[in-house]
Formats: sequence, C-alpha cells, structure tokens
Amino acid sequence: MDITFENVSYIYQQHSPFAHKAIDQLSFHVPSGTFLAIVGHTGSGKSTLIQHLNGLVQPTAGKVKIGDFQLTADKKPKDMKQLRSNVGVVFQYPEHQLFEETVAKDISFGPKNFGVGDSEIQHRVREALQAVGLTEDYLERSPFDLSGGQMRRVAIAGVLATKPSVLVLDEPTAGLDPRGQKEMMNMFYKRHQAEKLTTILVTHSMEDAVTYADHVLILNKGRKYMEGKPEEVFVQKEALQKVQLDTPEVVTFLDRWNDKFNTDFRFTRQSERELALAIAAVIKGGKRS
Amino acid sequence: MSNLKLVEFRNVSFRYGDEQPWVLKNCSFEIYEQEWVAIIGHNGSGKSTIAKLMNGLLFPQEGEIYVAGKKVQEETIWDIRKDVGMVFQNPDNQFVGTTVQDDVAFGMENRGFPREEMLARLDDVLQAVRMEDYRLTEPHRLSGGQKQRVAIASVLAVSPKVLILDEATAMLDPRGRKDIMKTVTNLKVNKDVTLLTITHDLQEIVQADRVIVMNEGQVWEESSPRALFSKQDALRAIGLDVPFIASLAKALKQYDIPITKEPLNYEELLEDLWILHSKT
Repeated sequence: MDITFENVSYIYQQHSPFAHKAIDQLSFHVPSGTFLAIVGHTGSGKSTLIQHLNGLVQPTAGKVKIGDFQLTADKKPKDMKQLRSNVGVVFQYPEHQLFEETVAKDISFGPKNFGVGDSEIQHRVREALQAVGLTEDYLERSPFDLSGGQMRRVAIAGVLATKPSVLVLDEPTAGLDPRGQKEMMNMFYKRHQAEKLTTILVTHSMEDAVTYADHVLILNKGRKYMEGKPEEVFVQKEALQKVQLDTPEVVTFLDRWNDKFNTDFRFTRQSERELALAIAAVIKGGKRS
Repeated sequence: MSNLKLVEFRNVSFRYGDEQPWVLKNCSFEIYEQEWVAIIGHNGSGKSTIAKLMNGLLFPQEGEIYVAGKKVQEETIWDIRKDVGMVFQNPDNQFVGTTVQDDVAFGMENRGFPREEMLARLDDVLQAVRMEDYRLTEPHRLSGGQKQRVAIASVLAVSPKVLILDEATAMLDPRGRKDIMKTVTNLKVNKDVTLLTITHDLQEIVQADRVIVMNEGQVWEESSPRALFSKQDALRAIGLDVPFIASLAKALKQYDIPITKEPLNYEELLEDLWILHSKT
C-alpha cells in the first residue's frame, strides 16, 4: 500500500497549556513495497507518526493516506477495522501486550477479531509461530512462562497472523542479544520480500537502516529533517550530528580512513569484505606520492 | 586495581525451582577491589542472575558467594546490600523521589546520614554523573540516559564497595548509551569504585579491565577485551557479536594484511594500517 503524509501536524493536548506539537507539517510519500526506516532522536515524533498509520490517532491538520484509506482531522475511514487488518503494528516491547492463557490463543486473537475463519486461523497461527522461530511445542504453553525473547516472538507472531500488507515495527529488537536482533531483522526482511509488504521500521540503529531500508526518513522535532536513500543520507555527518545522530560505523571509519590516507572512498553500502579488499589494495600498493 | 578480593563466587549453581533447568552451573570467579569487570552473555545466559545473587535478592542452591569477606546469606544481606549497589535496566522503574535531589537523598535518609554529610555527598555524586544542574528537575523531564545517571548517583551516594550496572543501557537510545558509558568511565578514573557491568553489547566492554563471558549458565571465558575480540567466530556461535572495527580487522587479515594487535577503536586500526602502509 502506498503511504502518503500531506502536511500532517499532530498536537497533544491541543487548546490546553500543555499543548505539544509532536508532528509538524510533515509530508512524505512511500510507494507500496518500500522498506522505510524512520530515524530520529528520542522525542523526534517517530512513535506519534506511526500511530497515524493504523488510525490510533487522527492528524490535527493535514491528510494521511494509506492505500485507499484517508485520515484527516475531521474524517476517518468508515471501516477502521479494515484499515487495522491491513496495517499491523509491532509496538515497542510488544511482549507487554500478551494476555491470553496460551500462546495459541494469544496469536489467534488478532485474526479472530478480524473475522478470519477457524481453520484459517489454525493455519496462520502455525505459520506465524514458525516464522518467528518457535516450535509447535509452545502452542499450549502460557506466554507468561516464557523468557523475554520468546515472549517477544509470540507477540510478533500475533501481528504476523493478521497478514497485514503494511508492517510497522517500532524498535522491534530493543533488549535482544546480538543474535536475537539479527535473526529477528532477517525474519522481517524475508517476510517483507516474500509477501511484498510495505515495511516501516522505527529504529535507533543506523546499521539496521543501512542493511535493510530502501529509503530513510529522518525526523527532528516532529519535522522531516532529511529523506533519501541510506547511502545519500548517512554520509552527511555534520547534518546528522546537528540532530544528535551518529553516522553508521562504516561511514565514520571511511571518513577517518580518507583523512589519513588521502583517498576518496565513498560509502556505497559495501560489505566489510569489499571494504577490506579496497583497503588491502591501498596498503599493498605502497606509499602514494 | 588491587589484590584484595572483593567478590568471590565458589562453585555456585542456581535454579528458580526444583523442576526448572539450572540457570547457573558451577560458576566460580573473583572480582578484585577497584577492578572493572564486564559480564557479557546472550539473553538467558545467567548474567543477571549473578547480579541478583551478589546482593542476596536470590540465594544459590549450591556453592558460596562472598562479598567483602562476608558470606551472602539471610543473616548478612543487610550488610551486604550496603556493599553492593545496583542499577537496573529500566530507567522508569527506579526513580523514587519527586526531584533529582530527593531521589539521590532517599538512600542516604534510609541510612540515617546526618544532614551536613548528605548535602556534601549530594554535591559530590551529582557532579560525578554530571547532573549538578538538574537538582530540582522532576524525573519525567529527564531523558532515559539522565535518569540512569541519577540512579547511578543515588547508589554512589551511599558508598557501596561495588557498583553493579545490570544492562543499565539496554533501554536507552545510542546517545543515552554513550552518555552512560562516559559517566562510568569517569567514575572509574575519579572515584576508585569497583565496577561490574552486565551487558550483551560488546561495544560496552572495551574499557573494562577484564571480561567474563557467560554461556548457558557457565563461565565460558575470562579474558581481556582485546583478547576476546580475536575470538569472533566462537563469540558469534554463542549469540554474541564483535564491534565493527574488530570484524573489519579480521576481514583485512583474510586479505593478508598482517594486523599486529586486535584493534579496540578506529585510531588503533588506522595507526596499524598506517605503519604497514609506510613499510611497503
């Protein structure tokens, strides 16, 4: 589904002394099938932005379009449920939302609410469980007896089982160990490609944005600060630093390397091996005049 | 660092219940006075359990734990908790005061410190975590990193012998993380504290004196950070990862660039490359 924001603003507690503008005249467009990373310092409006995507909040001004669904200050889609079955949101620490007696019931909750038939639910529960790397032994266990990492997986399976066409992920790997992080992100990416999803990833990890995203949106104080391909956006060190963001490690390294060796290596999302090969060529090539 | 043993685990095993799997299996290690030890391990490797055993929030089924010469048991926990200060993961779960200074004073009030002493310590610890300009600030106006810094100050105020940070950066954004690491490094330099930091982020162990790697409830390795970074494949196999710079150094070696020492940061790697470059 195409996603478009047209001059969207959102104000918390409008008309009160505590009014706070979390989103400020934000416009952007991502075509269906994009993997978008939204990056920004804490408090930059990322979480408020994603709450618009499934109609949890309506814009104070402007227009949000998700496929054929439209949200404005005074209009929301008649069929909100339809929108929500299309847009799956994995919130931060989603394991806090588990509530059912068994893993199977918890994963079934979403699709059941959207009116999916029983046999289809059965099928989806198993498929989602497998996608997040858990075996069927877990189906009848209480989600509350699982480890934090396993609970996270069950919660995510619950969102996947609703078969959304837009998948919104708010820091889905926070608190997981490095392997858990990698497995989780690879799983989302595989799914993104296999099911031609539109994926919106909110992240603090420049590394994840570089690895997975086609397009990056950088927010600052509720406004669009930068937008573009990762290799265009992440090389702008000064601009990023101004909004308290760092460049990805490889970009920082390239900068220092170029300074020291007087070369002009560009950031092209190259792998470590490619980078090592290029460096080796310079070192073996000997001193330059 | 000194040779005084401050914490000792002797063949410690722990599980949460009789039917449950062992979380720690026959763990032994020591922490010396003024040392900075980092414990690293995957989720569920037992690293947080170690912290909870150290101040008597949990007791082991087997083995013994000593802190400052005292055995950790029901009768000693109140003394031991004076010696072992802990900062946990969630910045929102450990703020008790309505302002920064109230929060820091809370622990001191509980211990019945005289007012003059409290005021002096308040200044001292807020300065140590660089929060002296926020004395009257309410907690909800602070960032996650600032809250964690206040939590550290509150613990420091009662002068524990060892300060444990149990994944204290896990819920922070990258700036908050850096902020805490900077604070911790400063403390180590200026305050002579013994530090135990628990993390799964290898970036955060670079400055520790010694690293204990946990895997499935057992001590998998004890080494210096530098020596550890050379064991990349083994670390990945137990669910951990190495920083970008260590991984790049390894890729370079595969292209026959003879890196001499395992680099811990950009400068070290670039310097090494520069020397090689000048030789050829």
